[in-house]
Amino acid sequence: MTDTVAQPTADAKAAPDTMAWDSGLRRLMMIYLPLGCFVLILLFPFYWMAITSFKPNAELMNYKDNNPFWISSPTLAHIKHLLFNTAYPRWLTTTMLVAVGSTTLSLIASTLAAYAIERLRFRGSPYVGLGIYLAYLVPPSILFIPLATVVVQFGLFDSPLALILVYPTFLVPFCTWLLIGYFKSIPYELEECALVDGATRLQILRRITLPLAVPGLISAGIFSFTLSWNEFIYALAFIQSGANKTVPVAILTELVTGDVYQWGALMAGSLLGSLPVAIFYSLFVDYYVSSLTGAVKE
Amino acid sequence: MSVTALSTHGAMARQPSWLVRLFDYKPFLIVMCLAPAIGLLTVFLTYPLGLGIWLAFTDTTIGRRGTYVGLENFQYLLTDPLWWNAVFYSVVYTGVATFGKFALGFWLALLLNNHFPFKSLLRAIILLPWIVPTVLSALAFWWIYDPQFSIISYLLVDVLHWRSSNIDFLGSPWPARFSLIAANIWRGIPFVAISLLAGLQTISPSLYEAAMLDGASAWQRFRYITFPMMMPILAIVMTFSIIFTFTDFQLVYAITRGGPVNSTHLLATLAFQRGIAGGELGEGAAIAVSMIPFLVFATLFSYFGLARRKWQQGEAND
Repeated sequence: MTDTVAQPTADAKAAPDTMAWDSGLRRLMMIYLPLGCFVLILLFPFYWMAITSFKPNAELMNYKDNNPFWISSPTLAHIKHLLFNTAYPRWLTTTMLVAVGSTTLSLIASTLAAYAIERLRFRGSPYVGLGIYLAYLVPPSILFIPLATVVVQFGLFDSPLALILVYPTFLVPFCTWLLIGYFKSIPYELEECALVDGATRLQILRRITLPLAVPGLISAGIFSFTLSWNEFIYALAFIQSGANKTVPVAILTELVTGDVYQWGALMAGSLLGSLPVAIFYSLFVDYYVSSLTGAVKE
Repeated sequence: MSVTALSTHGAMARQPSWLVRLFDYKPFLIVMCLAPAIGLLTVFLTYPLGLGIWLAFTDTTIGRRGTYVGLENFQYLLTDPLWWNAVFYSVVYTGVATFGKFALGFWLALLLNNHFPFKSLLRAIILLPWIVPTVLSALAFWWIYDPQFSIISYLLVDVLHWRSSNIDFLGSPWPARFSLIAANIWRGIPFVAISLLAGLQTISPSLYEAAMLDGASAWQRFRYITFPMMMPILAIVMTFSIIFTFTDFQLVYAITRGGPVNSTHLLATLAFQRGIAGGELGEGAAIAVSMIPFLVFATLFSYFGLARRKWQQGEAND
């Protein structure tokens, strides 16, 4: 069992040859057709979002004369409106600040914690690890009401600092578990060598463990960034003034006005708000996949 | 490696500071390393959790310190049809959405486990719904569900001529409920598919070879090899999925805000409406606390899933 787990990719490559039971047509019907449907359905909302944000209003509200799946006269009016008539740039910078701040904070906290739990092994370290894992199972939905009173007590209500401090509650457990798994994969002998050579524990962490754990740190970092960029309920509950809102909250509360929805502007806002994480994602796809699956397998 | 270690050793021997020695003292180092994480989690997670349970037994409102009222909030909730409605919809939402996500996600994972060109690109594209902020994709769904200009209605009415009138997705209770569930399934499929795919790739092909030699059919191979081997990871992914679907907030808040006539409130959105928007912190906290028994149940489920995994793989693999 353990041997095969160690080299799953090599074995998986061999698998289809040994199970070559399907003819070309059958393969088309059983694999490519359903896959195509899945991709179509999973991507359609994004296509619709993108195409709506470049359509002029006249085309948006008239399906009889235009093919709704295409744009006959694309316009940048919605994006221009968003950038120059609303506080959108401000929301973007606030979101960026919050995401970067909370990611940095939780990376530092969870690297140290994971190192202590996995490498400084002390009595009860598995229980601390389990406790942090359990913290991940506490959803924000049951915490936001008492947290709102805590935030008010600290005088942080309506301040992005509140979000930077609160987001680690769901980022730290995740990153710690990811990094514990990562530290486990680094041979302990390397550290023993350094210990024998007289390095201090902090030197070992800084010069040996951390450089070897860089892929794990990148995974944890981009994941935290995405999670804090996407966070909604805390940002909705703790931020009141329009200028301090994060992008997801601001689009929903500031752009949805009155009974006639500005679909063009709303979709343009959604598109622009999704782009940073989408670009980030396209640069680090492999890290996302490995951290997602790593976190589940741990 | 040894060169750097040796040089640092030399540097240390020259100036052995008490600070360096303090940071090399293991118990101190452990405390220092754990302090930031444990501190953050205690102040912003454990304390609020306790505070939330305390608030549920008080009549606190925004701006007024409450007094202990015992079980009054819960007694009120038990007589409140809106709360029962939210419990009912939360259970239906979780049940149907989880079933949909896992059926479709497992299918997608099995499809992705085959070999075809551009596999990694496809895998990357499929995760997109999970990466993009939920509220923003929920807005896209809101627009797709528009009563007048819904693209689905357009397809069914004007292109395929299957219906004569537009579908009123969000205007009446049951269509609105299922529209939200569909959006949730859409968002959940990628996570389930990609994590189950990781599980599928750890199953040894020799098991399938042995089964094929014994003449097992495709269905039998799935039923007696794939499914049992996937049980542990299924249990974990499902626990996560159930917890975060049951306590979902964003989709419902973005698309319907609990309407029409409060029919699509989940417990979380009801708690927000009463606690933050309505200012009744005590009552909102009681609604939030009423989700806890369900979450405990889901966590126990996860624990036994993990225990089973240990037993299956032997002690050596931890």
